[in-house]
Amino acid sequence: MASITIRDVKKSYAKMQVVHGVDLDIATGEFVVILGPSGCGKSTLLRMIAGLEDISGGEIAIDGTVVNKLEPRERGCAMVFQNYALYPHMSVAQNIGYSLKVAGVPAAERTQRIQAVARTLELEHLLDRKPMALSGGQRQRVAMGRAMIREPKVFLFDEPLSNLDAKLRVQMRSEIRKLHRRLNATSVFVTHDQVEAMTLADRLVVMNGGRVEQVGTPAQIYSRPASRFVATFVGAPAMNILEGTVELDGLSLLGGSRRLAMARAGLPVGSKVAMGIRPEAARLVTPGTPGALNATVDLVEELGAGRVIYVDLDGAPFSVMTSEAVHPEPGSAVGLKISPEDMHFFSSETGTRLDVFKASVPEPAL
Amino acid sequence: MEKRVTFGSWTIGILFAVPQLLLIFTFFYWPAGQAVYWSLTLQQPWGGGNIWVGLDNFRSILANADYWNSITASLVFAGISAGLAMFVGLVLAALTDRQLTGSRFYRVVLIWPYGIAAPALAMAFRFILAPEAGFMAVVNQVWPGFWDPGLDGTDAMASIIIAFSWKYVGYNFIFFLAAFQAIPRSLIEAAAMDGSGVVRRFWDIQFPLITPTIFFLLVINITESFQDSFGIVDIMTSGGPANATNLMVYKIYSDGFKGLDYSGAAAQSIILMVLIVVLTIFQFRFIERRVHYR
Repeated sequence: MASITIRDVKKSYAKMQVVHGVDLDIATGEFVVILGPSGCGKSTLLRMIAGLEDISGGEIAIDGTVVNKLEPRERGCAMVFQNYALYPHMSVAQNIGYSLKVAGVPAAERTQRIQAVARTLELEHLLDRKPMALSGGQRQRVAMGRAMIREPKVFLFDEPLSNLDAKLRVQMRSEIRKLHRRLNATSVFVTHDQVEAMTLADRLVVMNGGRVEQVGTPAQIYSRPASRFVATFVGAPAMNILEGTVELDGLSLLGGSRRLAMARAGLPVGSKVAMGIRPEAARLVTPGTPGALNATVDLVEELGAGRVIYVDLDGAPFSVMTSEAVHPEPGSAVGLKISPEDMHFFSSETGTRLDVFKASVPEPAL
Repeated sequence: MEKRVTFGSWTIGILFAVPQLLLIFTFFYWPAGQAVYWSLTLQQPWGGGNIWVGLDNFRSILANADYWNSITASLVFAGISAGLAMFVGLVLAALTDRQLTGSRFYRVVLIWPYGIAAPALAMAFRFILAPEAGFMAVVNQVWPGFWDPGLDGTDAMASIIIAFSWKYVGYNFIFFLAAFQAIPRSLIEAAAMDGSGVVRRFWDIQFPLITPTIFFLLVINITESFQDSFGIVDIMTSGGPANATNLMVYKIYSDGFKGLDYSGAAAQSIILMVLIVVLTIFQFRFIERRVHYR
């Protein structure tokens, strides 16, 4: 069991800086998911914790010990790789037991521990097979077993589920969650899949462009995104963004065709603001309802349990997710009702959340 | 899914194969057939007919102590030079794969020796290993009589082994490097996470995964050491001193073209061919079992 402390960690290759000063504290036993688009530096950060990449600046400490200069084997981390990285010339048992063999654990104890791990992962009947003869899900389990057998202080997962098909991914996801509940080892899980991130994480770290955008529980990140990037990256379909300009007594949206009356909370008149509304927060009403936005239906996507209705709002695309059994025809007019507490505001220049702004929103008149 | 071109008619396929078949026939089957025929006859040194003698040529060769000496020398040469060339190539490739400083430079430079013709490099090594001048002269100054390939058979054998290995180090290096680089980096990283150090990783992960390449190079190196050694022996030692470096391929040439014993030389080349075939079969039969193909 171990905590991880990351202080102002930077990584640069030759000329390119890929991680720009990340600070993060991971508590003992916590399951932290690092979420971000590809190339955001999330895997690099994980590999720096593991010791597979040099740290260009800053400090990483595991259990209070600075590990910057330590070899991977001295850090007490186990890692599950994206492509499993099973040794192709070794059997499943040899793969799982390799770390024990290296550590010089006697053969009898080794066999016993391999058996124990194989039992938890339901791999007992596969122990003599080579990785070649395993299915994707089985390989994934072997990779997990190889990490588990060392009883490491820290588990690191580098997009371990992205090579599996959709059904298996859901299954492995819940297995990883169960496993964590039982072992309660500190875990860092890197992914670009937001569903994976939301379901697994105790705490979510959203990264973009080598920086941490937000750290929080999945619920916090969803309900109070700290930046425009987080708002649009987390949630599917993505949050709608309407650009606006601050006026004396409110906000002018969509190039001035709509106005939102509200206090401007210290923002200078004329500054640009982005308003975000989650598709599932907008409600469909009959066109012409007081306080509703009028829009034209473009397309309806049926999802079974619900449907996504893409509408045109004076030239701006907008999506609405509803579980009601409504099937508006493309081209027909609909009204959209949005409550003020569902509106998120972000600075158009920096992308950061404007909370002061929202706090003082009175009942809007659209 | 593998993509293959399939031909509807038989004749088109045959027509495509004809140029290659013609080449193989002209440059392999025809001369090899001729050699078999000559080995069973007694050829006149100045031409003008031959006499059928059956296996007499083989009998006289195999009864000759000089010939057995030549076989022993060839096997010693093949074993040591293939081992040395492969070992050095392997070490260099392993270091280059680790991206040590200057590895890009080595990668280019180490390929060059293979491009040098055997007689040219033999000439260079004749000077480099000369006992009367250069580095070996300094060694001889310290230990008089330590090195003289002109008089000492062991020294002569060492010289041709060094020259041959030097050429094949580059060849082996390229193949070993390609094999190392074909191993996914994540395997090495996984082993590092499992607590395995550099040397242990090499023996447990990298070495087993390059065994197909090791096996391939073993077959090639042994075969080439029986054939490609001619230029080196001819320039450096001419088979001497006292037949110490009279390898089979050189003895064929010297018996046939200097001693004008065409029939004996033809019989010797048949024996050499059979020996290489047997060695190759042996390698496939017994060594290939230990190879892990992915």
